[in-house]
Amino acid sequence: MLKNELQSILSGKQLLPDELSFPPSDLLNYEEVTYKEGITFKNKKPICNRCGNSDPVWFAKFPCARCRNTEVYCRKCIMMGRISECTQLVGWSGPPPEIQLPDKILEWNGTLSKGQSAASIRVAEAIRKNKELLVWAVCGAGKTEILFPGIEAALAKKKRVCIATPRTDVVLELVPRLKSAFPNIPIAALYGGSEDRHVYAPLTISTTHQLLRFYNAFDTLILDEVDAFPYTVEESLKYAAVQARKPESAIIYLTATPSTKWQRECRSGKRDFVTIPARFHRHPLPVPLFEWCGNWKKLLTKGKMPAPVCKWVQQRLGVNKQSLIFFPNIKIMEKALPILRQIDSKVESVHAEDPDRKEKVQKMRDNLILILLTTTILERGVTFPNIDVAVIGAEEDTFTESALVQIAGRAGRSPKFPTGDVTFFHYGKTEAMLKARKQIVAMNREAVKKGLVDP
Amino acid sequence: MNLFRADRCLLCHEIINLPVGWVSLFSPEKEKLLCSDCEGKLQPILGETCRLCCRILNEFRREDLCIDCVRWEEDPEWQGVLERNISLYVYNDFLKEVIARFKYRGDYVIAKAFANPIKEKLIGDVFIPIPLSEERLFERGFNQSEALLSGAGIPATLGILTRVHTEKQSKKTRNERIHLPQVFQITEDTKIYGKKVVLIDDIYTTGSTLRHAAKLLKEAGAKSVESFTLARG
Ligand SMILES: [Zn+2]
Ligand SMILES: [Zn+2]
Ligand SMILES: [Zn+2]
Ligand SMILES: [Zn+2]
Repeated sequence: MLKNELQSILSGKQLLPDELSFPPSDLLNYEEVTYKEGITFKNKKPICNRCGNSDPVWFAKFPCARCRNTEVYCRKCIMMGRISECTQLVGWSGPPPEIQLPDKILEWNGTLSKGQSAASIRVAEAIRKNKELLVWAVCGAGKTEILFPGIEAALAKKKRVCIATPRTDVVLELVPRLKSAFPNIPIAALYGGSEDRHVYAPLTISTTHQLLRFYNAFDTLILDEVDAFPYTVEESLKYAAVQARKPESAIIYLTATPSTKWQRECRSGKRDFVTIPARFHRHPLPVPLFEWCGNWKKLLTKGKMPAPVCKWVQQRLGVNKQSLIFFPNIKIMEKALPILRQIDSKVESVHAEDPDRKEKVQKMRDNLILILLTTTILERGVTFPNIDVAVIGAEEDTFTESALVQIAGRAGRSPKFPTGDVTFFHYGKTEAMLKARKQIVAMNREAVKKGLVDP
Repeated sequence: MNLFRADRCLLCHEIINLPVGWVSLFSPEKEKLLCSDCEGKLQPILGETCRLCCRILNEFRREDLCIDCVRWEEDPEWQGVLERNISLYVYNDFLKEVIARFKYRGDYVIAKAFANPIKEKLIGDVFIPIPLSEERLFERGFNQSEALLSGAGIPATLGILTRVHTEKQSKKTRNERIHLPQVFQITEDTKIYGKKVVLIDDIYTTGSTLRHAAKLLKEAGAKSVESFTLARG
């Protein structure tokens, strides 16, 4: 193994010896190779040094055949390979590989909307000054393009940039867009099972989970959809982000729906942020309507659907308008499916563990499905150009403020069809529902004030 | 014992709320390790199964044997070598994922999730986990079959059956598998003489590995050899 190969594999990383594609004995010849204990103890309590887990319920013991001890291992990050007491995380203390820059870094000729370009300037500034910035952009604002000038400035300074996003499909969607914007910059795409896992690149597009494999790597870290994870997962990903960025670095958070805590911090001036309150197509966001539908759960167990919901569905069928109907969970959705199929036999459903998920989403895209029932899996990312959206049981706990904003954000996405109906059917309004509507209304108002929507 | 503890499901980590009643007060060994959702996804092997290998019988059968077992039993070399196989669950997508996490990701503690059914169904004199090769053992850090036994608190008998060399099983044809050179060897036989031996493995797929081991154990004096696996592939 040559030194420069090792340098590019290990720079900015913390890897398990098992992850290496060569025998660990190759490491012995280089004093730049660093080792860090995988698990350490503080007051006799274990801490995982890869994911930061220190909660005892996430640790277990096993009799290790390697060191012949019964030892603690971390269950929280086990999907990235097991870390136990005898595991060393391998890194690199030498300089990183030299980056060769092309003459022209950014080759993108698109234009930014007024709202986008204001945000773009703030992003570039935060990147230049190694600051922290939250970009609060409504669903459909176009948040990828606003990063381009900032990324260009960073790369020009030989800074290493990473965009991390929760889902693999988003990584796969972002990579070609960034490759065409930065055609002469090597880009590494990282997700579970990706081939680029040992590639050193000035620009990395990664799932948030893969950040666990990095250490002191990035001068600019862009975290997409920071609000997408449940709290316990979020904690370890926050830790991963801190580990992955350099101490002196910029961090840009992208979200359409910041948590209540972050919103408060924004309002009180504790958190630097910029909003993009309007969509690229200059039309306001559809504001959700609340419609009381009685004790829908009770009706469902009797094999019935609340009348307002039936009416809503029939109206959509009558004018052939594609619609997404969100349910709190799979069980409830499965009860509703046969009932709605009595209205129209072509009603379909999809959920996270559905083996035909991809095909069904594609059929919806191809306009072969008119009414699609779904759980919250389709709340993010997936866009259909011209749809109406309904939520059944909007008062349920699964429908948080951010989930509801995301769901409402599915409608009116395309410039050709910039409007759409969003109805939250409920059996009692919740704070989450009210906050979600308030957030949408506030964004629309701000957009008008800043002249970002057409009257 | 804490009466009001909230345990977490070993597989999905959701909180399991234990109903505290007489049962949990008097039989603490029956503590719940899986939530009802995960438990529901494990599919016990029900219905008419092959007398020998525990496979759910379909049209490819002869009386109470599946066609694979018929072929093994017709071969004088293999006839009666394996007394029978008991498997706990159907190897469905859920169990596939669970076993992958347990064995390949190395989440050892998952073995505990199966302690109760193993304790209930495993009967014999001597319990021998199918050994791994040195390389595999190093790679995984533990032997999954041994882990299953130890999770159930059943002592494993080690050092009798060992591996001579490794070869990838799955890429071979059935014929090649049957005529595979012996991958095991007996290093000590005093503990198995005249005993009812049970071999432990995570999955019964072709039954070939288990039969090779069983053959040696019988030749070394075991009264009978059965196998016991978590999943029936
Ligand atoms: Zn060890
Ligand atoms: Zn960990
Ligand atoms: Zn569970
Ligand atoms: Zn059989």
